[in-house]
Amino acid sequence: MNDSAHPAIPSVAGAHDAISAPALVRRHAAAVRVMHLINVVAIVALFMSGLGIFNAHPALYWGESSYSGQPAWLEIGARETANGEPIGYTRIGAREFDTTGVLGLSSDGGRLFAQAFPSWLTVPSHLWLALSRSWHFFFAWIFLLNGLSFVLYTLASGHLARDLLPTRLDLRGIGHSIVDHLRLRHPTGAAATRYNVLQKIAYLVVVFVLLPLVVLMGLGMSPRLDTLFGGWVGWFGGRQSVRSIHFIVAWLLVAFVLVHVFEVLVSGPLNQLRSMITGWYRVPREKEHG
Amino acid sequence: MADRERAARRRFLGRAGAALAALGAAGCDRLSQTEWFPRVLGAAESLNHSVAKAITGRKAMAQEFTTADLSPSFRSNGTAVPNNPQYAALAANGFREYALDVGGLVAKPRRFTLAELQALPSRTQITRHDCVEGWSAIGQWQGAKLSALLDVVQPASNARYVVFHCADPMEEDGTSPYYESIDMDDAYHPQTILAYGLNGAALPIKNGAPIRLRVERQLGYKHAKYVMRLELVESFASIAGGQGGYWEDQGYQWYAGI
Repeated sequence: MNDSAHPAIPSVAGAHDAISAPALVRRHAAAVRVMHLINVVAIVALFMSGLGIFNAHPALYWGESSYSGQPAWLEIGARETANGEPIGYTRIGAREFDTTGVLGLSSDGGRLFAQAFPSWLTVPSHLWLALSRSWHFFFAWIFLLNGLSFVLYTLASGHLARDLLPTRLDLRGIGHSIVDHLRLRHPTGAAATRYNVLQKIAYLVVVFVLLPLVVLMGLGMSPRLDTLFGGWVGWFGGRQSVRSIHFIVAWLLVAFVLVHVFEVLVSGPLNQLRSMITGWYRVPREKEHG
Repeated sequence: MADRERAARRRFLGRAGAALAALGAAGCDRLSQTEWFPRVLGAAESLNHSVAKAITGRKAMAQEFTTADLSPSFRSNGTAVPNNPQYAALAANGFREYALDVGGLVAKPRRFTLAELQALPSRTQITRHDCVEGWSAIGQWQGAKLSALLDVVQPASNARYVVFHCADPMEEDGTSPYYESIDMDDAYHPQTILAYGLNGAALPIKNGAPIRLRVERQLGYKHAKYVMRLELVESFASIAGGQGGYWEDQGYQWYAGI
């Protein structure tokens, strides 16, 4: 049956009458749930192995080369203070911050390690560039194939047009939606069976802007793929710029994930988790909310 | 009541999340230590190689730059001075007694003095050197085209790789000499040269004098320095650790085009 795969359909019946809105609806199609799960695993592995790779040369530059006479715009490291005390530092432009304990110098199992990102954020936990790269490329393929499948699915199933593209009505209510989000007020009844406008915009930006960009910038670091079009990497400012953009977009994705998880936590985490595992979502009743 | 329940639920979820993260991190490390998991991960390498080849074509040229882009000083990485008395003796004499030994699966094995290498068809190119660690530097390289040298020695039809044996030992005790290997696509590529010049001067010792490989579509560790001998082989499985290079034997990818 199509209905079980199409989350918005059961809500249509209840749209005009909140009382008849079904208590349980099929929120996420099986395909979306499976691809979401694969994506979570791949993104986490990519992020943590990526930080492991970054740790091999924890500095970012703008331009084609790292030795152009211009200093790194971001640098994480460890050094000794005048008193001989080891500290971790993070320098952004001309400003240096003491980040001992987290960035540059951190402890793991009681031992101090001079590594840019701490062991609990990297895969493997301590510098092992070859293996971080193996993890990264393996999960890059999983992520890419899964992501392409998702895009094809959203187009073929109508998920994109039906659930993800904001309607004109959605866009008109954007101010209202921002206020609701800030007050942590969540839709109830029929409205809760659809994505809200900010949610739609966030998902679209992540799926169609940030994720393709992070992949493209990753490919841009390949000296072989840079041979295309006589050096397309130059269009993005050069190889070291591409490396910087890859890093920045990865952190923008982390910011998205943090907000995404926060929203899950404040809007009934068990219900939301269940809907992403089993597909079933209990629609919050309109009168109960308060 | 409901509030307390909610708080308890929140605490539970928080703890479950933290436990899951710790389990995940420990699990990743444990997986990394096994023999089979890195091998599974390694499956991506051949995929990277064949897809890159299919997308870019075998003869695609690496980007070249202008003198305005040159790095003020070309960074030396890895060995800066080989810890090898024979090499030290050659260097002390300005490499006048140096000769590159070419053998293995070739019809006409022979030695090339530095002057003979410099007399081969050459190429000068300003390219970007991308280290596996993440940094890049731009230098102008001058050297003999490897394709021209291969035309002289005539590789056998079953020769699949060129192995570069180097003068720099990677162990403190002088053992484990650096080596690298490339396939015939890269060996015959027009930008693949045996460089003897950097930025208009003789190649400095810190950058691999008297001869270093430039194989521009791959990462820095493929660009073997202090090259003493070329060996054409069908397989590199019996050389050193069997993975085709010093860093490959430590787990790095043989295909370093990404």
